[in-house]
Amino acid sequence: MIRLQNIHKSYITGTNKLHVLKGIDLHIKEGELVSIMGSSGSGKSTLLNILGLLDNHDEGVYVLNNEEIKSMSETKAAKLRNNLLGFVFQSFNLISFKNAMENVALPLYYQKVSRKKRNSLAIEYLDKMGLKEWAHHMPNELSGGQKQRVAIARAMITQPKIILADEPTGALDSATSIEVMDLLREINQSGITVIIVTHENDIAHMTDRIINLKDGVIESIVENNKINHTESVKIPLQE
Amino acid sequence: MFDLDKWQEITAALKKNKLRTILTGLGVMFGILILVTLLGIGRGFQNNIQSSLGNFATNSTVFWVERTTKAYKGLPRNRFYQFTNDDLLALKKNIPELEHIAPDINGWSGGATHNTFRKEKKGNFRIKGTSPEMNMVNPVEVVSGRFINENDLKEFRKVITIGPRVKELMFEEDEDPIGQYLKVNGIFFKIIGEIKPLSNNMGNRDDIIQLPYTTLQQLYNYGDKFYVFLATAKVGESVAELEDKIFEILARRHSIHPEDRQAIGNFNIAKIFNKIFGLFNSIGFLFWVIGFGVLITGVIGVSNIMHVVVKERTKELGIKRAIGAKPALVVGQIINESVFLTTFAGFWGLVLGVVIVELIGKATEGSPNPQILNPYVDINVAFIALGVLVFFGVLAGLLPAQRAIRIKPVDALRYE
Ligand SMILES: Nc1ncnc2c1ncn2[C@@H]1O[C@H](COP(=O)(O)OP(=O)(O)OP(=O)(O)O)[C@@H](O)[C@H]1O
Ligand SMILES: [Mg+2]
Repeated sequence: MIRLQNIHKSYITGTNKLHVLKGIDLHIKEGELVSIMGSSGSGKSTLLNILGLLDNHDEGVYVLNNEEIKSMSETKAAKLRNNLLGFVFQSFNLISFKNAMENVALPLYYQKVSRKKRNSLAIEYLDKMGLKEWAHHMPNELSGGQKQRVAIARAMITQPKIILADEPTGALDSATSIEVMDLLREINQSGITVIIVTHENDIAHMTDRIINLKDGVIESIVENNKINHTESVKIPLQE
Repeated sequence: MFDLDKWQEITAALKKNKLRTILTGLGVMFGILILVTLLGIGRGFQNNIQSSLGNFATNSTVFWVERTTKAYKGLPRNRFYQFTNDDLLALKKNIPELEHIAPDINGWSGGATHNTFRKEKKGNFRIKGTSPEMNMVNPVEVVSGRFINENDLKEFRKVITIGPRVKELMFEEDEDPIGQYLKVNGIFFKIIGEIKPLSNNMGNRDDIIQLPYTTLQQLYNYGDKFYVFLATAKVGESVAELEDKIFEILARRHSIHPEDRQAIGNFNIAKIFNKIFGLFNSIGFLFWVIGFGVLITGVIGVSNIMHVVVKERTKELGIKRAIGAKPALVVGQIINESVFLTTFAGFWGLVLGVVIVELIGKATEGSPNPQILNPYVDINVAFIALGVLVFFGVLAGLLPAQRAIRIKPVDALRYE
């Protein structure tokens, strides 16, 4: 589903050049539940943004769903994001002047789905999240956990192949965090690839595979709680 | 197609900061208001001038006899001569650019006493010899009956047309003057038409009695002579050239020195008209410039606000792009907002402008000597203004929209 080979990314601020990703090689198969861990500033979000086509890489090969991602137009990227990917952010990123249902339905608006149809679908997804009664509430009337579940519903409504979550539990208390993680695992069980960025060990250990980032490279990959060193992980070029 | 979602997006964005939206809208509204009002008033000025000119042919020229100032062919200077009816024929025959030519001959007015009588009624009116061609140069409206025709001229008929003042003084209100007789300077004339002057260009003509100029020449023993005539050039022909040709022929026929232009009085009416129209065109142009300037200021305000709005909404637009909004859609939405704001505000400016122009029209309607007559807002101008607004609305939204999509979605999402 996702294949990265020697991915580099630098940020240029003024005269300084900050080399954030220094050659990432990674293969994530369809249906995996993966977490990306690492200390603050290690490049987790940068990596996830590249995976999510929100940012572009400087060097290396990125193959998403059998398609190489290389200097594509924003229009094409927007289309891929809409069809293939779902995003869950730490700060929820709901649109403040739209109610829960409208927020959830929004990705379908970009697919030109009729208003009636997308609203009924949105209600359906909110129902799955246990938020049917909150459909007509504005985001500022919801708790953090509720907001994140609305965001997950929004990510799910287009039936994406991959869910990308950048610290989805970062703003939630531990009980709510577990709830959200249960939801994401449930989603994963339905066959959707889920990639979660986190710096919480508990959260990471709820996933199948933990990718540890350090200083822009993959330091180690933990699989089923067994440590494999990156040097020993061979990434085949063809799937 | 009416897209409710698009509509909600637009209003939601504009409602976010109502005061700012209203103030920006007011800028555009006043712009279009001032433009429309100025143009309406400009139109009123022009109408006023045009109505006092009436239907007077604007490509006309007038000639009159003067004394010669040069001796020529053995004839002394300071000699007096008169135009003749044959001059008219010669001019018509030899100048293809000449459209109409008509002698202007005055009869006797009664001086301090009266010159016109009917039963017990009497009055003092201006008597003028006229011709069908005169009615082409300086037209009147025939209220009833008919105007003098060629047969009247040929047969020296004793027929007249009368102006409104004549009818008023010489007839009862319910009387029909057509077919009745008036005794003018001792001779009975049959009234064939009732006319209304269309302009005051050659003096007030309400108190006028017109008869065939040939009849007038005969009855007053003028022979075939007259002192003044008017002429018009055909459409597209130069009046100045026409004047040169008329002078040349008249000079030859009356043995006037070819360089003695003072011997024949001439006044190019067309020149004056052109000056007046030129003035109005420049005033109109100035009004456009001022109105447009104010409008532009308003539009710049909109662009400015759209810029701020887009900046404030960077994060929101980032979210939308992350979940699949294409750049074209984002740009389209911003432009929609901008166009909506400008056209909505502009529309009310237009409506208010029309009302104000209407009120000015009402206020000046009754006044006896209005500077502004029937000011109105040209429907074309209104449409042009709205078109311009939409265009500028697009322009005002375009730059901020470009900015919105130039930044990467990731940077937009990170924006606080
Ligand atoms: N747009 C940017 N411009 C310049 N530098 C950036 C930009 N985005 C990230 N960085 C820098 O790149 C490095 C990696 O950032 P990134 O957000 O990927 O870290 P992270 O692993 O997600 O950290 P955290 O756990 O704190 O979220 C940091 O040093 C950060 O300052
Ligand atoms: Mg991060």
